[in-house]
Amino acid sequence: MPSWLTEFPQLDRTTLVELRRGLDQAYRGFSREFGAEIEAFFDPLLFFLVWFERLLINAPWWVVIIAVCALVWSLTRSWKLIVGVAIAFLLIGFFGMWEDTMSTLAIITVCTLVSIVLGVPIGILMARSNRVQMFFMPILDVMQTMPAFVYLIPVVMLLGIGKVPGVLAVVIYAIPPVIRLTNLGIRLVDREVLEAADAFGASAWQRLVRVQVPLAMPTIMAGVNQTIMMALAMVVIAAMIGVKGLGQPVLQSITNQYFTQGLLNGLAIVALAIVFDRVSQAYGKRMQQHRGSAIHG
Amino acid sequence: MADPKIRIEGLYKIFGPNPAAAIELVRQGVSKQEMLDANDHVVGLKDINLDMAGQSIQVVMGLSGSGKSTLIRHINRLIEPTAGRVLIDGQDVAQMSKDELRDFRRHQASMVFQRFALLPHRTVAQNVAFGLNIQGLDSGEVDARVARWIERIGLGGYENHYPGHLSGGMQQRVGLGRALATDADILLMDEAFSALDPLIRYDMQSVLLDLQAELNKSIVFITHDFDEALRIGDSIAILRDGEVVQQGDPQSIVLNPADDYVTDFVKGINRGKVIKVATIMRPATDDTEGPKVDGDMLLEDVARLMTREDTGWARVVGASGAVIGVVSTADVMGSMVRLANDDDTAEAAQ
Ligand SMILES: Nc1ncnc2c1ncn2[C@@H]1O[C@H](COP(=O)(O)OP(=O)(O)OP(=O)(O)O)[C@@H](O)[C@H]1O
Ligand SMILES: [Mg+2]
Repeated sequence: MPSWLTEFPQLDRTTLVELRRGLDQAYRGFSREFGAEIEAFFDPLLFFLVWFERLLINAPWWVVIIAVCALVWSLTRSWKLIVGVAIAFLLIGFFGMWEDTMSTLAIITVCTLVSIVLGVPIGILMARSNRVQMFFMPILDVMQTMPAFVYLIPVVMLLGIGKVPGVLAVVIYAIPPVIRLTNLGIRLVDREVLEAADAFGASAWQRLVRVQVPLAMPTIMAGVNQTIMMALAMVVIAAMIGVKGLGQPVLQSITNQYFTQGLLNGLAIVALAIVFDRVSQAYGKRMQQHRGSAIHG
Repeated sequence: MADPKIRIEGLYKIFGPNPAAAIELVRQGVSKQEMLDANDHVVGLKDINLDMAGQSIQVVMGLSGSGKSTLIRHINRLIEPTAGRVLIDGQDVAQMSKDELRDFRRHQASMVFQRFALLPHRTVAQNVAFGLNIQGLDSGEVDARVARWIERIGLGGYENHYPGHLSGGMQQRVGLGRALATDADILLMDEAFSALDPLIRYDMQSVLLDLQAELNKSIVFITHDFDEALRIGDSIAILRDGEVVQQGDPQSIVLNPADDYVTDFVKGINRGKVIKVATIMRPATDDTEGPKVDGDMLLEDVARLMTREDTGWARVVGASGAVIGVVSTADVMGSMVRLANDDDTAEAAQ
């Protein structure tokens, strides 16, 4: 029997090694060549992140709680939520996790903002053309199924360890829902309302900002909500590449078998997740109030 | 008649993969059904020629699928014609550049939709302001105009409500306000009242007629309801399978339906509300006594008057005030009921 029937006709070992080495070296060369420029490109982001983190950490704890509660009030008008948020933050501080929580809050906020700023326009482009949609869909599928550790590697090779690669990794992992749901929301906008916009002579831009985006808003917000949840889920993995926050004590607990420390920090992450989730949902609902029964006219 | 406000000439619309080739077949007389079966093309409109006078209400009516929506959407070119011209004050809409078309839609033609098509996230006032925002007017001007129109269409006090919280009739008032606020001369209404309950629909027809008496817009009104067509139309065009089968004023259609399709519509209606007494009068005789009625009076009103006065005859007077004819109660009654069951009685008698 020929050998290719009994054994898988695979590349021989030396070729494989060379292939890997070749690709790795090419990428390493690329990152050596351009790493500095790319890092510089992300400087403003880093600057903002550091500034925001310091702000949260340096401000007195009660100022932060009041500010967060004021924000929750302006978004949701719900006393229950405010009380819940205040209690969650007080407990977090009481158990000594204030600073880490502030770091995590900062990075999650920045990652969410970056995801929205990039994701919404991409979703809009996808909604406008089936071709663009066909181009992005497989990329999004890969982003959502590829294990996060795998794309940590090139990110770290390119940018080293630190906050910016952390943000990048989190955004890659968390951005697909905003993109998908923006695309979906805009595609679902009532055709008759769009026809009305055309009939009144709206330009493409007016149609987008006055009709499509506002009507798609509930769906887009659902995407943002999912993105925040996914970003929080990345906190521990991001800690592996040097992102400060609640993820680091968790990592520490794994190597040292500190169960309680792990649990407490885990609970703090859960508390943040619940706060973000309830607030964004209550906000979404409040935006919906006026719609009454006749949705989309 | 002066030049028509809207003139539609040789308009064809064919939906399908290759309209340009399909139109040749249609012109050679291939039927709508054959086009659909053999060629996968839907003949939406076929050789439409229609003049619509300005400052009046032109009704287009027909059954579902007859091409009414397709036709009205050609007037502001929401649908591109396959062939033909749509002239507004002599200018062909189909030839307009993108900018010209946008300007035309912003300032010259506005539209009211069957399912209202309001923006659910904007208040009544903001919805009425929509066309003005699109025009780019500054907010002071917008507010003033919106306030005026909200009063005019009877929505005072509802400025800050959201459409989702209003009844259908109220929502369509918003739709009407939005269309009127742009001061466009042409108003396109695609089954604007069809989604409303009968009583509300009647109300809205009255609102429209009141507004029209004051504003003198050029209105194209689509409906599949013949009663509605008779009530508000100054002129009616009847569509069937994408072709105009008859056009004229309401009375002429009721008196002389062009074919069975039109006869079917005419059958069920109240002729007393359409036919004018001058149409059925006999020559005047010197010795006839009786009350004087205007020649333009509708039979129903004449019948009411004659019953009240308890008289067998009435004298019909023309515009000058001179007697031009006479009618008997029997004439009036006969013309009112004759038709309702004309064919049925004829058949029953045989
Ligand atoms: N985009 C399209 N593609 C293919 N066929 C179409 C399209 N739009 C309309 N048609 C067909 O053209 C014909 C006329 O449709 P139209 O919507 O104008 O009818 P209508 O008189 O407004 O009916 P309705 O009372 O139901 O609103 C129908 O046979 C319809 O199926
Ligand atoms: Mg229609």
